Amino acid sequence: MATILVVSEIRNGQLKKVNFEAYSAARQLADQLNGDVATVLIGSSVSGLSDIPGKYGVNKVLQVEDASLEKFSPDAYAAVAAEAARHLNADFVFMPATAMGKDLLPRVATLLNASTAQDVIHMRVEDSGVVYTRPMFAGKILADVKLTSTPQTATLRPKAFAIQENPVTAATEALSVNVPQAKAVVEEVTTSGGGKLDVTEADVVVSGGRGMKGPENWHLLEELAELLGGATGASRAVVDAGWRPHGEQVGQTGKTVSPTLYIAVGISGAIQHLAGMLSSKYIVAINKDPDAPIFKVADYGIVGDAMEVLPRLIEEIKKLKAES
Amino acid sequence: MNIAVCMKQTPDTEAQIKIADDGTHIQTDGIKWIINPYDEFAIEEALRITEKHGGEVTLISLGPASVEKTIREGLAMGAHKAIRIDAPESPADPQVVGAALAEVLKEGNYDLILFGKQAIDDDQSQVPSIVATLLDLPAVAVVVKLDIEDGKATALREIEGGHEKVTFSQPAVVSAQRGLNEPRYRSLKGIMAAKKKPIEVKQINLKENQLSVEKLSYPPEKKPGRIVGEGPDAVPELVRLLHEEAKVI
Repeated sequence: MATILVVSEIRNGQLKKVNFEAYSAARQLADQLNGDVATVLIGSSVSGLSDIPGKYGVNKVLQVEDASLEKFSPDAYAAVAAEAARHLNADFVFMPATAMGKDLLPRVATLLNASTAQDVIHMRVEDSGVVYTRPMFAGKILADVKLTSTPQTATLRPKAFAIQENPVTAATEALSVNVPQAKAVVEEVTTSGGGKLDVTEADVVVSGGRGMKGPENWHLLEELAELLGGATGASRAVVDAGWRPHGEQVGQTGKTVSPTLYIAVGISGAIQHLAGMLSSKYIVAINKDPDAPIFKVADYGIVGDAMEVLPRLIEEIKKLKAES
Repeated sequence: MNIAVCMKQTPDTEAQIKIADDGTHIQTDGIKWIINPYDEFAIEEALRITEKHGGEVTLISLGPASVEKTIREGLAMGAHKAIRIDAPESPADPQVVGAALAEVLKEGNYDLILFGKQAIDDDQSQVPSIVATLLDLPAVAVVVKLDIEDGKATALREIEGGHEKVTFSQPAVVSAQRGLNEPRYRSLKGIMAAKKKPIEVKQINLKENQLSVEKLSYPPEKKPGRIVGEGPDAVPELVRLLHEEAKVI
């Protein structure tokens, strides 16, 4: 019987949605392998969160509480997560492929003499074992990989796995771990602008390029993003020009996003940009050049000047929201 | 201050990536090879730190003799010397790469070990974390700002929707994100000087791969979409389609 451990990501004392995706994916795999799903909650005070994982089919919740674990430290957290994996004799260890997970899980693997499939978008069970699909070259290529280590470890890309409710009563266990002193210490966490959503987390991403004509016009994109409950992104050209911070860049040397709706405004669609957003469910392009490559991947396109089309789009969506 | 920068040779970001006949590698014919863009930020940062505090920058790369071309480009930026860990190809398992690098880094007595935050070919983003764990060093990943004074270091690391400010002591491992700096151009003088800089070749027994690539494929092609119309007058129809057909707003 297989045991799958999901290392939960706690930020600001909360379990984010990416965890529910990971629990759901683990549950689905566990069903195929006739196994159990466990999770470990790591922090200074986590017992208040213990009821949540059971909603998504998690059978067991390990709690590791220590004042020194209040903020993320990759080395201390890795030691704790590895101890949890040993305690459970885990066959699989998963985490969301977030900034935290992508740093933490390879460390956990190192401590367990295991290997990691990073940023996995799909898993399937074959006779010979689990096959993990992960993008390479920013999504231009998909690789099917197999792991021969025990445990097998993988980070799961946000939004690639659907959340499935599957309520069970989870057993809780407080695990006492000798927490090593953190070598790298987080002193402070700053959020950019009023707790705005990150492009990688948003269901709707509104991105702008050169066609926005200047950074002073970005408020239009922000207004549209806010109307749709989304986040704003940017092309490499405008980040290089200093219009927007690099944290918003979508593309091969920026972030990879897969929202439900991606609206590209004044972006021509260079290969390096397409690589970062092609897995979006619906793509809308607004560009004045009818031959722009972005139209080849867009579900819906409008040929026109971004600065003329965008205000109208905001107006029409406001109208729609007022009606519904 | 002695700094090691671990770098990888990758295809150019604009390269068309095609799958080779064996189905598990990419075609390398006609590919333009570059220093992994994130590694350039790491090299630039190392140069700036040594220009301020003194010391040497050593580049370390793993691969066959053909990667020496991009190692020379790093030396042309101003790095002092290089080590190539000899391997027929870049191993698929980052744990294998990390273990080999850690073995070489251990001998070097470096005050700081820099990486790019990920290689743009296999997009693993694992090796810096693995090396830090193996060497038991403090590490900060995905760094956009780095300050070093008297052995005390502060880094700003990018996370979802914000940043973490992290303090740590040296030696340490740091991986560079876009925004850390603007890498310099290689000058003609730098290119000439690079030809004479030493590249030491090391033979190491690589540990066994526990991750194997079974198959590469192309992502499903997106069906070509439709042009709804021209100019602002097409907007009501677009909004209708998004609302009624796609049901996304």
